[in-house]
Amino acid sequence: MNAIDVSRRNFLVGASATAGLTLGFHVPFAGDAAAQAATPEVNAWVVIKPDDTVVIRIGRQEMGQGTLTGLAQLVADELDADWSKVTTEYPSPGQNLARKRVWNDMGTAGSRGIRASVEYMRKGGAAARAMLVQAAANEWKVPAAEVTVEKGVISHKASNRSTSFGKVAAAAAKIAPPENPVVKDPKSWTIAGKPLKRLHQAGKVNGSQAYSMDYKAAGMLNAAIRDCPIWGGTMKSFDATEAQKMPGVKKVVAIDKNAVAVIADTWWRAKTALEKVKIEYDAGNSASVDSASIDKWLTEALDAPEASVGNQAGNVDEAIKGAVKTVEAVYTFPYQHHVTLEPMNATALWTSDKCEVWTSTQNAEAALATASNAAGLPLDKCDVHRVDLGGGFGRRATSQDYVRQAVLIAKEMPGTPVKLIWSREEDMLHGCYHPTSKCKLVGALDKDGNVVGLKMRIAGQSILATIRPEAMNNGRDMFVFQGLNPGGAEGAFGYQIPNLRIDHAMRNPPLRPGFWRGVNNNQNAIYLECFVDEMASAAGVDPLEFRRRMMKNSPKHLGVLNAVAEKVGWGKPAPAGVFRGLAQHMGYGSYVAACAEVSVSKDGNLKVHRIVAATDCGHAVNPRQIEGQIEGSFAYGLGPLLLHEITVKGGKVQEENLDSYQILRMAEMPAVESIITPTGGFWGGVGEPTIFVAAPAVLNAIFAATGKRLRKVPIKQEDLRA
Amino acid sequence: MAKLNINGRVVDVDVEPDTPLLWVIREQVGLTGTKYGCGVAQCGACTVHVDGAAMRSCSLPLSSITETQKIVTIEGLSPDSSNPLQKAWLDHDVPQCGYCQSGQIMSAAALLKEIPKPTDADIDREITNICRCGTYNRIRAAIKQAAGVTG
Repeated sequence: MNAIDVSRRNFLVGASATAGLTLGFHVPFAGDAAAQAATPEVNAWVVIKPDDTVVIRIGRQEMGQGTLTGLAQLVADELDADWSKVTTEYPSPGQNLARKRVWNDMGTAGSRGIRASVEYMRKGGAAARAMLVQAAANEWKVPAAEVTVEKGVISHKASNRSTSFGKVAAAAAKIAPPENPVVKDPKSWTIAGKPLKRLHQAGKVNGSQAYSMDYKAAGMLNAAIRDCPIWGGTMKSFDATEAQKMPGVKKVVAIDKNAVAVIADTWWRAKTALEKVKIEYDAGNSASVDSASIDKWLTEALDAPEASVGNQAGNVDEAIKGAVKTVEAVYTFPYQHHVTLEPMNATALWTSDKCEVWTSTQNAEAALATASNAAGLPLDKCDVHRVDLGGGFGRRATSQDYVRQAVLIAKEMPGTPVKLIWSREEDMLHGCYHPTSKCKLVGALDKDGNVVGLKMRIAGQSILATIRPEAMNNGRDMFVFQGLNPGGAEGAFGYQIPNLRIDHAMRNPPLRPGFWRGVNNNQNAIYLECFVDEMASAAGVDPLEFRRRMMKNSPKHLGVLNAVAEKVGWGKPAPAGVFRGLAQHMGYGSYVAACAEVSVSKDGNLKVHRIVAATDCGHAVNPRQIEGQIEGSFAYGLGPLLLHEITVKGGKVQEENLDSYQILRMAEMPAVESIITPTGGFWGGVGEPTIFVAAPAVLNAIFAATGKRLRKVPIKQEDLRA
Repeated sequence: MAKLNINGRVVDVDVEPDTPLLWVIREQVGLTGTKYGCGVAQCGACTVHVDGAAMRSCSLPLSSITETQKIVTIEGLSPDSSNPLQKAWLDHDVPQCGYCQSGQIMSAAALLKEIPKPTDADIDREITNICRCGTYNRIRAAIKQAAGVTG
């Protein structure tokens, strides 16, 4: 692997590996054999019931992004199954471990849910189909090559015989799997590639979908927790005298020396009693940490001599010296919180020889390792039960801290399940924050307005340094260059500029950073795409034409940009009072572009009317769900631009709930028109990429409307009046 | 002991009178379709109907509710997901993670009761529930379908 083309999957596997989950590590799991006996499986991926129901096992996690439906489509397509009979189930990480990780990596992040699973899952479906066909062929005593499958019906046309999956599944399960199952050419897909509706939607419109927050068990207790709210601070002491007298309270306990948890019969009583606990904290060195001091630190780093280089060509300093015109700007992106609408929670049941957890996690294997560690029990004595998440966005991939707390609390009540729920305030104060950064850019133009040099210095916090230190490269975080890399399938810089230097000066404040949907691409796309617009303006060249000149060797980047420009009618007049802005970027294997249409009223009120967005994700497994991701990505990407900002004072986050951390709502949501242009030959992600272009397209449109360059996000305080 | 009329059923609840209706519904009554998101009436995940009006149950103390007031939760909106909004939600494949959707549907149902043919401006003003997956455009389309309005 290229050192710069860093993929997040490896970090997740790496994290699991350090916790003892490695390929080939086999331990028996008692529950698994029993489960298999009850429902015979054709192979690990496919279970067929006598009534022809096809159960497809999904190792990755559904959290709203549609991965579960897409993966089921891919397997069902290889099977030639009847889609109306397909359902899914989640194997647990304990089962995965017991079966030598037959379901592979369960981590779901980096828009990899489908693209990193397509090969083995499609092969799993193809292998199961071959076994079902062979079972029917054996029964009929005909060559397997003469047997066909359509919508779950297996036929031998020559003898006019047919049977169903359910009738031959038991025999198929006994047949040796083919060594090299052949998967279909996507051109012959009949289920995959189609705009099908999502599986399991019914429970989400009638309240019956049970999230881990809704888990119920006989005799279950509930817990509320308050961890030290100062990043880098410590809990000095606490007094629970009053709390212990409150109704329903069973126990008040210290957790990891830095948190207090109240265990009660109901959660509301636990939370109410927790508010009566008197806690003293020591801020330590964090007393002086606030948003202004962090900003000053990063500003100084914009000119610091030491930095790690992510992308370099020619001699940029010479190019700037010899330029006919130079352009310079500094941009700022603030801390962000994930705000999964379902706050962190987990239920744990601990006894001296077993620990079970029911929780929402994007990485059930990491949750299992965390539970094992907290429980003081071996991995094979623990398991984690998976359910659909009430939002993930990277938060539930970054840290399993809530799982650790839940297990430690449950240890205080052996044999009793205890559900830990974080209040929204606890959730806001103990996030894994999208880190803040700043970027200084210098561009060099020649007499014809061509870019001959670009220097880009990013100063900011590294996610990896704290969250995945094992993924650091000699103390450098190469993941900060997402979308700015010189090449690679993951996130390549789309412009050809002869003299280039993109580097990063790492500065790590004490706030815990995290992977936040889109991660470093989000600010990198703002920095680059807004500055490209600034250079276009300085050169007096149309922003589309200006980009095209630098993209001659980036046909896929250019392809989506052109698709957007064509659909929106770039170069033709916009509706009266409406102005347009463009952006393009590449990340998580996909090429994306957007055009925003905005207007600014005389009073300075901004309205984002319409977004036209394109993605080239290689293969489109479900265009309907991809459209949903594109639409949603603009809500996620425009929130930070318009509204969201986490600020810090004395090491403590100041936005404790959604009254001070305002989230984008219906009234601010633009119309979104999606263009899906899969060019084939590669698999790109869809859960995140179009987020990247949301903010820069709108910022460039605001410039077109007002002549103002807004370089600090969010823009809620900006005066947009003429 | 307080009495509550929830989804047409009268239930006894024995809990402190300052307990928010949300937590009474979830923990005493045992209906978990109504969600906790923020506790400060911002996100709307806890939206229920009290005498037909959409209310954020996280911020309504039990003591403010009388036995004669009719509370309806997502579980009581229809017996079989046959409310036109629930059907429209499925037609438009609205939910992504789905956590906010109980509250969204309850807010939309109250809106249609008040304004049977809402305009875009009505929807913008009245549907203020947060959806972090960003399903707003499909929510809007589903409301319009259920209301029988086009465009």
